[in-house]
Amino acid sequence: MRALAPLPVLLPFELPARCVPGDAGFVIPRAVFTGRALALLLATFALSLVVGEALAAPGRPGVVETILKWVPVIFTGFLFNLLVSVLAMGLGTFAGAGLGLAQISPVAPLSRVAWAATQFFRNAPWLVLLFYAMSLLPFQLTFAGWSAPFPPWIKAVVGLALPVMANVSEIVRGGVQSIPRDQWESAESLAFTRRQTLWLIVLPQAVKRMTPPWMNLYAILTMATPLISIIGIADAMTLTRGALSAEGRPELLIPMYLMLLVWFFLYSYPIARWTVRLEEKYAVNI
Amino acid sequence: MDTIETFFRNLATGGGINLSIVYDPYDRGRFITGLVTTIELSAVCLVLSVLIGVAGAWLQTAHSAFVRRCVQGYVQFFRNTPPLVQLYFFYFAVGSVLPRMADQHGAMVPPVSNFAWAIISFSFFAGAFNIEIFRAGIQAVSTATVEAAEALGFTRFQIFTRIVLPLAFRVSLPALSNNIVNLVKTTTLAYAIGVPELLYAAAQIWSESLNVREMMNVLLVSYVALIGVLVTVIGRWERAMRIPGYTP
Repeated sequence: MRALAPLPVLLPFELPARCVPGDAGFVIPRAVFTGRALALLLATFALSLVVGEALAAPGRPGVVETILKWVPVIFTGFLFNLLVSVLAMGLGTFAGAGLGLAQISPVAPLSRVAWAATQFFRNAPWLVLLFYAMSLLPFQLTFAGWSAPFPPWIKAVVGLALPVMANVSEIVRGGVQSIPRDQWESAESLAFTRRQTLWLIVLPQAVKRMTPPWMNLYAILTMATPLISIIGIADAMTLTRGALSAEGRPELLIPMYLMLLVWFFLYSYPIARWTVRLEEKYAVNI
Repeated sequence: MDTIETFFRNLATGGGINLSIVYDPYDRGRFITGLVTTIELSAVCLVLSVLIGVAGAWLQTAHSAFVRRCVQGYVQFFRNTPPLVQLYFFYFAVGSVLPRMADQHGAMVPPVSNFAWAIISFSFFAGAFNIEIFRAGIQAVSTATVEAAEALGFTRFQIFTRIVLPLAFRVSLPALSNNIVNLVKTTTLAYAIGVPELLYAAAQIWSESLNVREMMNVLLVSYVALIGVLVTVIGRWERAMRIPGYTP
């Protein structure tokens, strides 16, 4: 949203251009991105290690040593989280692009159904959609005598892809509608068909505007992947809790959880910075 | 009332649609308790997160660079880490180091309940976003307005609460409403630490009454309806708070 009208009480202001809601995150407005949060986080982590080391009972392996022992296992889980996020994003983008194009279709019933589906999946909590996918999808797919197993983690990918689909659908609709009407009209006067105008003229311009919110959505999705641990899929969160209960040492609790937070932060923070940079780069009026 | 209950009981036995929350008073009670808990949790977190947002935005106008950096660090941390891990960190890690206290029966209990941890965690999470939202709104208030207030002898705090914030709030309201919707959706995470909110209640009902399919749909519709009501109310409020003649 942008206001340029000079009014005595308010300056021209700019709110975050596109709001992509999700349980895990919201808008990434133009904030001053610096390494301070990271420095603060790492300092807290280091402090927790020192305190943990001091609290450790004598004669038992130190906190750092114990954590290092578990790092390979938990990191594998973390990579699995990232894999799930990539797959869900791919599936959600594919389905969402279709739904978004259906939303701007001139066929009224189609666009109305697509709009309703988008609103429904956008307003439902991610965790509820995950439960929905987990318990209502079949455990095996049967098609013309063929049957293939449908493992729980794929169901989780589908469950996470549903809200992604709805948000991508809104991004596509918003992106296409942000292209001025003149573009459509001039294409029409040059005898382009609707399909040609959409694919050759409007979408290539809209994709640039859709990229920052799409990346924002990906960061949100990655922050939502630990939800799969609630529905019983072994990800980084499950493995961390498993390691903690195997060790049974309370001084490990804070450092281990902080370590997981640091990993997610290190992954998400560069994406957030990059998104802001792209937003500034593409903030040119067409 | 009786006829409705009988109808749904028959629907369950004959029609295969087991909506136990309509005919079974026990399930209905649990469902309503869950719904009330979700609304309570959302309302408390909403108020606290807006307070955090206002306080943070106020601190970001501070002269001290150190204070501003700390607020920025807090915002970036809560924004770039998963809310579920934050919740676990608060509940399992921070909660475990707090000393236990005796309750009125003499049992040793943690000083902060899981409901309270959910409130703390979600308020900090949503508050981090509110700070950025209010900051954007505050930037919209012109320095001339602030200077005029200064000339009239307002203190810095008075200027913030009486002049800057009322104007900034109106600008921030659309983004804020988005954030509130997300907050309501985030409350489902409290399920993970056993807070008996709507999702938790529904999970209990479907595992005992064996009506996963029906309860899933009831749950989805309930949340979509809850958020729909919220969006309508905020939309009305937005229109009521509109600055006449100012169209962004």
